[in-house]
Amino acid sequence: MANLKPDELIARIDYTPPSTGWMDTPTVIRAGMFCYAAKPPSVETLGLPYAREWNPLDDDWKLPANWKEIVLEGLRDRLERFRSFKVFMDICVRCGACADKCHFFIGTGDPKNMPVVRAELLRSVYRNDFTKAGKILGKLAGARELTLDVLKEWWYYFFQCTECRRCSVFCPYGIDTAEITMMAREIFNLLGLNIDWIATPVSNCYKTGNHMGIQPHAFKDMMDFFVDEIEEVTGVRVEPQFNKKGADILFITPSGDVFGDPGTFTAMGYMILHHYLKVNYGLSITWSTYASEGGNFGFFTSNEVMKRLNAKMYAEAKRLGVKWILGGECGHMWRVINQYMATMNGPADFLEEPVNPITGTKFENAKVTKMVHIAEFTADLIKHGKLNLDPKRNDHLKVTFHDSCNTSRGMGMFDEPRYVIKNVCNNFYDMPINCIREQTFCCGSGSGLNASEDMELRLSGGLPRANAVKYVHEKHGVNMLACVCAIDRAVLPPLMQYWVPEVDVTGLHEMVANALIIPGEKKKTVNLRGEDLPGMEDEADE
Amino acid sequence: MNEKYLYSLIAVIALFLLAYAGVEAAGLQYLFGIIIPYLAIITFVVGFAMRIMDWASSPVPFRIPTTCGQQKSLPWIKHNKIDNPFTGGAVVIRMILEILFFRSLFRNTKCKMNEGPRISYVWEKWLWLFSLAFHYAFLTTLIRHLRFFLEPVPFLLQILEKVDGFLQIGLPGVLISGVVLLAAVIFLLLRRILIPQIRYFSLAADFFPLFLIIGIAVSGIMMRYFTKVNIVGVKELTMGLVTFHPHIPEGIGAIFYVHVFFVSVLLAYFPFSKLMHMGGVFLSPTRNLPTNTRAYRHINPWNPEVKIHTYQAYEDDFREKMIEAGLPVEKEL
Repeated sequence: MANLKPDELIARIDYTPPSTGWMDTPTVIRAGMFCYAAKPPSVETLGLPYAREWNPLDDDWKLPANWKEIVLEGLRDRLERFRSFKVFMDICVRCGACADKCHFFIGTGDPKNMPVVRAELLRSVYRNDFTKAGKILGKLAGARELTLDVLKEWWYYFFQCTECRRCSVFCPYGIDTAEITMMAREIFNLLGLNIDWIATPVSNCYKTGNHMGIQPHAFKDMMDFFVDEIEEVTGVRVEPQFNKKGADILFITPSGDVFGDPGTFTAMGYMILHHYLKVNYGLSITWSTYASEGGNFGFFTSNEVMKRLNAKMYAEAKRLGVKWILGGECGHMWRVINQYMATMNGPADFLEEPVNPITGTKFENAKVTKMVHIAEFTADLIKHGKLNLDPKRNDHLKVTFHDSCNTSRGMGMFDEPRYVIKNVCNNFYDMPINCIREQTFCCGSGSGLNASEDMELRLSGGLPRANAVKYVHEKHGVNMLACVCAIDRAVLPPLMQYWVPEVDVTGLHEMVANALIIPGEKKKTVNLRGEDLPGMEDEADE
Repeated sequence: MNEKYLYSLIAVIALFLLAYAGVEAAGLQYLFGIIIPYLAIITFVVGFAMRIMDWASSPVPFRIPTTCGQQKSLPWIKHNKIDNPFTGGAVVIRMILEILFFRSLFRNTKCKMNEGPRISYVWEKWLWLFSLAFHYAFLTTLIRHLRFFLEPVPFLLQILEKVDGFLQIGLPGVLISGVVLLAAVIFLLLRRILIPQIRYFSLAADFFPLFLIIGIAVSGIMMRYFTKVNIVGVKELTMGLVTFHPHIPEGIGAIFYVHVFFVSVLLAYFPFSKLMHMGGVFLSPTRNLPTNTRAYRHINPWNPEVKIHTYQAYEDDFREKMIEAGLPVEKEL
């Protein structure tokens, strides 16, 4: 992508579709727009079928001889198990309301990225093999036969959907392309056609407890490193707890934040907050090395794999005997917790209905999953005046907020993080209304597409998001993009670097920790990133 | 000309010729006036019911509403009760707004790449407006037609017709619903033909019902305003149909049979087509469920038994390293 400048990429976008119909326009799998194939050992870890070396660019995908039968049987099975799938196959009227809502369509102009066409790729086969009209009228009814080229086209385009659900907000019937993509990806997994950027994190998470494959001792090592860093900045030595039986709360967050900047600063933010609550209020929060992953790339594999990974959260909470679970900042992790967890792995009778022991607030909205989002938790603490905050320490920041797709359209958490931001920093500017909240744009790299080999896809898909950031940057001088998602923290920096290089990326709790006045802290001159604090520049030299 | 709408147009013209010639040349009034309408009604009712039962037979394993507003969380945060409905009652309101007012479509925006580059998203109300106009005009027309199947004509129906004809233009008075129906359906058709993106993914199955409905509207308007159909004869026929004493009165022009045939085709085609969105919209799991899954457990009837990597297995893998790092373990070395 380095060879394609932003204005060249923009100039390439043409929203006028080709004159040939989509069924008659062959799909060419292009480098930069897809992720590498799953490596066999990662597929084998969970005992998933047809692990093998294969390359999407090769003609021969080394499919099992009866692949067609497997696909059709897989479709039939899912039509019977998911009403959503069946209804969404049948009721689309192709009104086109979704067409220009997809960030991949806006950023590439590829008409097969219009949600309606993406779904039609699969519907056409559904009609051919499962409906009377399709069987009788064939192409006239929009039906086509399943061929190898069709399968490859599916693979290419269902790995160009980030399951962000923006199209489903505008659909008059609520047709959710994410649901259709999920079904397609389940079917790919019946044929060993996952991408490695999903399969390997899944395998790692299963074996070592987290996507990054960080083993328990190394996990602790990394946290120890953060402890030193925090001490250097604040003069306070925090003492994170691991696998601690009898702690009040189990804390689970994506491992990505332990692994790479700027997520690491958010991880330090959590540790500082935990320490603050321990010292001031005696609240005991523990991390787990076994359940050291909030994210769940099983969600992008199949519902069964999602369940197998998610099960660790309750299992660990039960083993440690905590009261309830606190979840860190992550997007798809929270869609899984909010809409799937209790159904899959509940009931969590061994936990208590979550109450914030410091404020007495009952989190009634989480009384059955027993899992609270840290933005809800921190907002509650701030509202009750339980955090001693100095927002001036973030005065060098002009902040805007990126609503993550999943916490927006699979949860509806909009005002909690905004409330927190407004209490820890003084300059906050929202992006235009059609680009935030339920209409927020994806980072372009969600649902396991945050690899490096598909950078062109990511930068194209991230264009609508970046363009809205650029707008507030130019209008208000915004220089910091806050988010509540670990994938965002990993992928937004290169996206900003490409489109709006003046804007940096932060997690919510990095800003909270920077504003937090910790008991016993030294005179702070720098923030967690080692940048001078506003108004303290001179004192740094003394 | 695009083959997709050409085929659909040809199909509707063929249907017209079939009915017209069938009545005028072959004298098949009984077939087009009685047998086909009965068969169409049966196909519609049975097909519609079977489709709904088929959808309903697939369970809803997960509760996956699309949340379009602030969730219910802390008591002091304003909860958007309609777009993020926490209770069954709120879901009903969300569904009413969706079904009666096309709330999601109302949000529609049009994306445009401007100089800068700056991408803008402008509110696009025309699709919403014309869709709403189309559906309500169709509904009004449908209800208005009940006068052919009821004797005496109920008072409310007479009122409706008065309201529908309040413009009092011409004789017989112009009914607004018919005009709006035709205008809206032509808008929907032109949109499909003229906007390149919409044309790109439109199927023959999208044009066919539009041409068919245009055919229904035009033949209806022809009868009412131009050929002046024998209205007494028509009512005799329709009353015969509903009372199950069907017979064919004399002196009803072929255009009436064309009209009835088009309607019959639409009814019979309905359950096998996208027109089933009428039933499907009620069953869409992203709209018809409350968003309270963290507070009330939703049950998946086929919740699978799965193999998980237990803590014990994990500790077995890493025990030595864990002890060395000072992490607590269940079982010492």
